[in-house]
Amino acid sequence: MNIFLDDAPALVVVLPLLIAAIIAFIPSSRLAWFITIVTLVFHLSLSVELFQNFSSFGTIIYEFGNWPPPWGISFKLDGVNIGLQLLFSAFVLVTTIYSRKIFLSEIDPEDSGKAYSLWLLAIGSLNGIILTNDIFNLFVFLEISALSSISLISLGAGTNRKALLAAFNYLVIGAIGATFYVIGVGFAYAMTGTLNMNDLIIQLSQYSEGQLAIFAGMSFMLIGLMVKSAVFPLHLWLPPAYSYAPSAVSTLFAALATKAILIFFVRILYEVFSIYNGYLEIFLDYILLPLSLIAIFVGTIIAIYQNDIKKLLAYSSIAQIGYITLAFSINDNSGVLAGFVHIFNHALIKGGLFMAVGYLAISLNDRVTLESIEGYGQKYPITSYALLVCGLSLIGLPLTNGFISKLYIFQALYSNEMFLTIGLVALSSALAVIYFWKIVEKLFFSSKGYEATSEDPAIYIPIWIIALSIIYFGIFSSSIVEFSSIASESLILGGSN
Amino acid sequence: MTNESLLILGLLTPLFAAFGSYCFKNNINVRDSFGVIGGVITFLISLKIFNGLQAEEQYVINLFTLFNGVDFLFNITPLGSIFSLVASSLWILASIYTVGYMRGAGEKNQTRFVIFYSIAIHAALAIAWSGNLLMLFIFYEILTFSTFPLVGHKQDAESQAAGRVYLSILVGTSLVLFLPAIFWVWLETGSLNFTPGGILEGKFPTEYLIFLVAMLVFGIGKAAIMPIHRWLPAAMVAPTPVSALLHAVAVVKAGVFSFLMVVVYIIGPDYLLQSKASNWLVWLSSFTILTASIIAISKDDLKARLAYSTISQLSYIILGAALATTFALKGASFHIITHALGKITLFFCAGAIYVTAHVKKISELGGLGFKTPMIFFAYTLGALSIIGVPPLIGSWSKLFLVIGSLEADFLFVAILLGISSLLNIYYLLQPVFIAFNKKNIKNINITKAPLTIWPPVITGVGCLFLFFFSNYFLNIINGVVA
Amino acid sequence: MTDFLYFWNHFAFVILMVSGLFIIITSQNYIKKIVGLAIFQTSVFVFFVSLAKIIDGTAPILNSVNNVYSNPLPHVLILTAIVVGVATSALGLAIVLQIYKNYGSVEENEIKKEELKENS
Repeated sequence: MNIFLDDAPALVVVLPLLIAAIIAFIPSSRLAWFITIVTLVFHLSLSVELFQNFSSFGTIIYEFGNWPPPWGISFKLDGVNIGLQLLFSAFVLVTTIYSRKIFLSEIDPEDSGKAYSLWLLAIGSLNGIILTNDIFNLFVFLEISALSSISLISLGAGTNRKALLAAFNYLVIGAIGATFYVIGVGFAYAMTGTLNMNDLIIQLSQYSEGQLAIFAGMSFMLIGLMVKSAVFPLHLWLPPAYSYAPSAVSTLFAALATKAILIFFVRILYEVFSIYNGYLEIFLDYILLPLSLIAIFVGTIIAIYQNDIKKLLAYSSIAQIGYITLAFSINDNSGVLAGFVHIFNHALIKGGLFMAVGYLAISLNDRVTLESIEGYGQKYPITSYALLVCGLSLIGLPLTNGFISKLYIFQALYSNEMFLTIGLVALSSALAVIYFWKIVEKLFFSSKGYEATSEDPAIYIPIWIIALSIIYFGIFSSSIVEFSSIASESLILGGSN
Repeated sequence: MTNESLLILGLLTPLFAAFGSYCFKNNINVRDSFGVIGGVITFLISLKIFNGLQAEEQYVINLFTLFNGVDFLFNITPLGSIFSLVASSLWILASIYTVGYMRGAGEKNQTRFVIFYSIAIHAALAIAWSGNLLMLFIFYEILTFSTFPLVGHKQDAESQAAGRVYLSILVGTSLVLFLPAIFWVWLETGSLNFTPGGILEGKFPTEYLIFLVAMLVFGIGKAAIMPIHRWLPAAMVAPTPVSALLHAVAVVKAGVFSFLMVVVYIIGPDYLLQSKASNWLVWLSSFTILTASIIAISKDDLKARLAYSTISQLSYIILGAALATTFALKGASFHIITHALGKITLFFCAGAIYVTAHVKKISELGGLGFKTPMIFFAYTLGALSIIGVPPLIGSWSKLFLVIGSLEADFLFVAILLGISSLLNIYYLLQPVFIAFNKKNIKNINITKAPLTIWPPVITGVGCLFLFFFSNYFLNIINGVVA
Repeated sequence: MTDFLYFWNHFAFVILMVSGLFIIITSQNYIKKIVGLAIFQTSVFVFFVSLAKIIDGTAPILNSVNNVYSNPLPHVLILTAIVVGVATSALGLAIVLQIYKNYGSVEENEIKKEELKENS
């Protein structure tokens, strides 16, 4: 067992990739799903092991092939990503359990086994994004996750052929973003000769004044990452992609994909480029902050006018990503803390919402629109109440984890005296109540008298696990807050080891 | 029994009653008795707490920390004990009344009704005993959600529309105004605990206090100040036990109680007086008092008239809070008791009239007084108490409010209260005159429903009887403004 | 002028990059967009590889004669990137094929017309 665990950081990434290759050849979709579940259970236990390792010994650095840095590629598990690693493993397992029936209804049964192969590819690569310590390695994982997610999104063409256009759009825009990122890597490499993040910090210190090439490189890298994590105005690929994809796919990506990239984005911003304080301040105050505010309002307002519920949730995601980047643009401990808290909480909220909507859509042949779910509160009560809980968390009702996020965001804004921003954020929360109310009204207050159908426990149990965890983390928020404060401390106190 | 276990028992009893009603849903007598038994237990507990507070006892439970500076805290204040006493004592009578009304009117889904009724009482008690503003908010929302099925009980189109108005106004105002106001207080002071004298002084920028007050008074939609009052008449489509207990006692009182708690224990009366941040509210609540009374005059439906009367009377309490002088606050606190007693009598009577004579409109009350004299006897007592005629208990709270308004140099308010009493006389006593008018006697079949008649008689006589024991209440009310 | 000659690789990189982007943005035909994407990605390859050349450097294989070698690392990185580019193009073409099967066209304006018809 010891051999396994020493390589645990690598295994969490490599194992899903390997099994993906094997599953591609298995004809039976049931067997494929089962193997996926087993793999992910093992994945979760590895993550827990890593967490225990981290709590006892601190930062873990894993060197591939035992090549010492800066020559070799390394994975790093420190305060910043350990929390997300745990959440990732747990959430992915829950989503996979949920996904079986959903896939069967939305994808051709013959292909659903192969869908799990793509699913594991996506999981392995997303985990790689979370763990990697090498800037070019990030590009590789970024592209693997993009390709697998594009394929998964295009599987939605069985239901609606617009999924193909959405997938193509994402392909082009995502590839441009990734390539921008690589250009940035090129500049960084040209100036410092290293690709390892820890070494990059050391090498950059010789250019304490900063050079144009370095700033250009940084800009390319940051913009590229902003494209991939759908920060306004580079978000246009997200709404179609998430709304036409199969529901389980939307769940996975809405909850986790952009978050993993945002963690890396924050790392680069605060660890690597914090040396250039002037540049950092300009970027944060004049670019990230205004764009976040615009994202929040644009996302919320467009969501209010949406009839298609998945598109509504996608635009709401853009607004929520705006909250996260807003928190990160506050250049101190409390802001970064609030950002991490909302990363965790939003993953749960959006995941729960997409899962619930996915189940409601199962009986519908066409798009899930506001009209089509009328009265579903009575037809699918268990799922609808789970949706209610997740929605209440989205608008920030106390006793849900959304309230905790809002709390910390407000506190961060307040302690930095950004009062206008507080007012704007409060206003946007009030606007979010509008689109939430529209959904609730259609679900629970319609006059169609439906009989309650018996719902499939295989589906509603994962949804309720997420809903209950939303309430749990709303009341006992200390674990999430602790993870986030470990994360923010290791970032702000100047890059870990 | 320790103080903490008393508190916990008091909070859990209504939940046990709800659970009991659910378990015994097939035996209707057992099911309905849970409300009465629960009421008796909570009343005894509230009484013990009421007395205990006078003897300087503390009732505090701190379960855990929710987040920085805010705990899951229960802490009974004098004002809180008043509210819980009122709610629990009237619950007993309302449970008896509910049996008479629901069976007499042949309502369906009685089990669901009784269960949510008990849960709503639990929420009201938790609001009364909450230790900080966030706890109050959480149970305030629970109260809204648990009373919603009661408002929409009949499930016809009218009830559903009413339910929608009810929910959207109350939830909307609380999320958009009340919750941000709570955030604001927490951000400025780092705490939300109810403390005698308030927590804002010195920490909250005085120039913004007026905005905080506005956010709070419009955010606490249950206090029904205009223009946030629309939900109250809409909710009258509910069966009368709901209107009686919840919309004359528990829900609306929770609203004005919350506002009073904020004024007394968060802002602090002295700070509020100094900053003059509530002067505009004196005008607005006066406007509400007058306008609601005028609208009440125009209503022919008895419950609608009583609804607007309630809106008017609630603004008395808000007025007292806005004036923030000693007597005004005493009047406001006392008015919680007196108005609850008086109004529940009136609503009980309205329901009794519906069950016995199947009459809803005032114009059709002709001659009924001779057929059901007890109902109108109770009604008259309740009406006189609300009008403020001694020797009924309502006269005390009105007196204090008048003195309070003079204390604060608002002479016109004192005059207004007088005018309002005159209007009250007209619109509250008009039904009695019609009922005892020999000229318009109609032939109506009277259904017997004694359980709907005794509760209002008890509360009506209570208005008279308790006048002579006002000292008992005044002691603790003095404790509120000490 | 000498600067231009000295930094010609950077200019080539920029011209190719911008051309690729231009093709992506302005083409109506999806296959042309993929071609544009490929050109865009190739420009980056040019950039990286050109960085690798060291003046007077020889092929990076240890021998006893020279002691200045060109940098092999960027070449390795570009190998990876080329593979990624190929995969992206392949996937893109596969999707375009499916689009053609579903919509009967690979021109953006024709597909938009189809969409408008479908919506109304």
